[in-house]
Amino acid sequence: MIVHAIFFYTFSLIAVVSAIMVTVSKNTVHSVFFLILDFISISCLFIMIGAEFLGMIMLIVYVGAVAVLFLFVVMMLNVVQQKNTSFESDSDGKHIPIGLLISLIIFFELIIVIGGWKYKPDLLNSISLNISSELTNTHSLGYVLYTDYIHLFQLSGIILLVAMVGAIVLTFRKRSGLKRQSYFKQISREKVEGVDLVTVDSKKGVNIDV
Amino acid sequence: MQEYFYLLLSEIYKILFLLVPVLVSVAMIVWLDRRVWAFVQKRKGPNVVGPFGLLQSLADALKYLFKEIIIPASSNKIIFILAPIVTMTLALIAWAVIPFSEDFVVADINVGILYIFAVSSLGVYGIIMGGWASNSKYPFLGSIRSAAQMVSYEVSIGIIIINVLLCVGSLNLSDIVLAQEKIWFIVPLFPMFVIFFISALAETNRPPFDLPEAEAELVAGYQTEYSGMMYAMFWLGEYANILLMCSLGSILFLGGWLSPINIYPFDLIPNPIWLILKILLLFILFSLVKAIVPRYRYDQLMRLGWKIFLPFSLFWVVLTASYLLYFNLLPVI
Repeated sequence: MIVHAIFFYTFSLIAVVSAIMVTVSKNTVHSVFFLILDFISISCLFIMIGAEFLGMIMLIVYVGAVAVLFLFVVMMLNVVQQKNTSFESDSDGKHIPIGLLISLIIFFELIIVIGGWKYKPDLLNSISLNISSELTNTHSLGYVLYTDYIHLFQLSGIILLVAMVGAIVLTFRKRSGLKRQSYFKQISREKVEGVDLVTVDSKKGVNIDV
Repeated sequence: MQEYFYLLLSEIYKILFLLVPVLVSVAMIVWLDRRVWAFVQKRKGPNVVGPFGLLQSLADALKYLFKEIIIPASSNKIIFILAPIVTMTLALIAWAVIPFSEDFVVADINVGILYIFAVSSLGVYGIIMGGWASNSKYPFLGSIRSAAQMVSYEVSIGIIIINVLLCVGSLNLSDIVLAQEKIWFIVPLFPMFVIFFISALAETNRPPFDLPEAEAELVAGYQTEYSGMMYAMFWLGEYANILLMCSLGSILFLGGWLSPINIYPFDLIPNPIWLILKILLLFILFSLVKAIVPRYRYDQLMRLGWKIFLPFSLFWVVLTASYLLYFNLLPVI
């Protein structure tokens, strides 16, 4: 068990330290890299409690896709010159009380959640789902998601789809005067329509771009 | 304490027993790549160092070792040094779950295929970090191209993997191989194999999709500012990734370690040999493509990934699922 404890404390220490470094580090790109480190160590913690499917999905979705987009946005902003100065100057620190307030609220909410969980030991027995402990957790997740909660699952999928369509509609703009390639047109061109023999009148020329 | 120590020792032994052959075969495979390339173009290729030029890669590696490592003054030094290390590490840790035979695998985990997928999606970071930390235009452009390309083609690879998983009913790589005892998945899922092969080319930045390193436009892409051993690490990581993709292809579609003909003289050949032969076959296909096909244009590359491969493989998921459901062939757990 001691090895388990060592691994747990290593990963959670890395997670906490990198979470602090996300807010403290001066370079925004470094912040994103610390965020990625945070995600990775949290997925390691997931794997340690036996939720290997969740841990891997966390890696694939958050680290492999979401954080890449974060990095893209931050790198495009050319933040090498922009420094996080809120911890250096006292004159501009008016947002610190608000941040403290929000973090206090989150802290108390966490206490309520964890405290409620601790003082209700029969919570696990009250779950009506019958999950067999012999199945891998990928299979048991599938059983729960696609039987009892299929409607909620589909609904959340549709919400994501709507959000995606909305994002595309918001950023899509039709530009005029673009010459796009059409592969079907290019492939289906015949020699007859491509080449044309024209007798050019002297000193008049021909208009090519029809 | 003693037993932990022995456990640690045996694990290290197992890991070294896997990693040293992988690294050596990466060096050999670079030589093979260049030879196949030369063969197609009617040249000789590297044939001077050692028998048939086999030691060429070792000579190259020695050269890289003794070259000076230059770190640009305006670069972000920590990330600049970290980038090749990340690439190399990620290329090597994925090998932990590759099964060479039924009991010859370092970590036989439940979610092996997800693990490989996660590690290969992390591979983007080595490239982005290298490109950004160089603080130079060409590497940055190259790394952005490469990241967009890898993220796009990962989507279609993921959906192709779902096709295979539908037929298997498990995320374990050994189970995937054992499910192909009757018939290799290349037969019922042949179009998926073709798309997987092309997506793997794009995922590993191989020609015809080597736009991140397109030398005519971007010098050498994200590797422009790297020199010496750090460049060699990028290069080793790249080839280790190619080998990994080849082995993933042979596990998903070509029956992994299973022998194609299970009669007397052939079943004497040990299982790992079969897997290695299949990996080699796929790799020779990779290098033939490099020699034969010209480079894609970037918008065509994106169009191929998002508008052709993604809808087609999604359609094939629906087709496979309906077929399995209709004929009651869905795998039972």
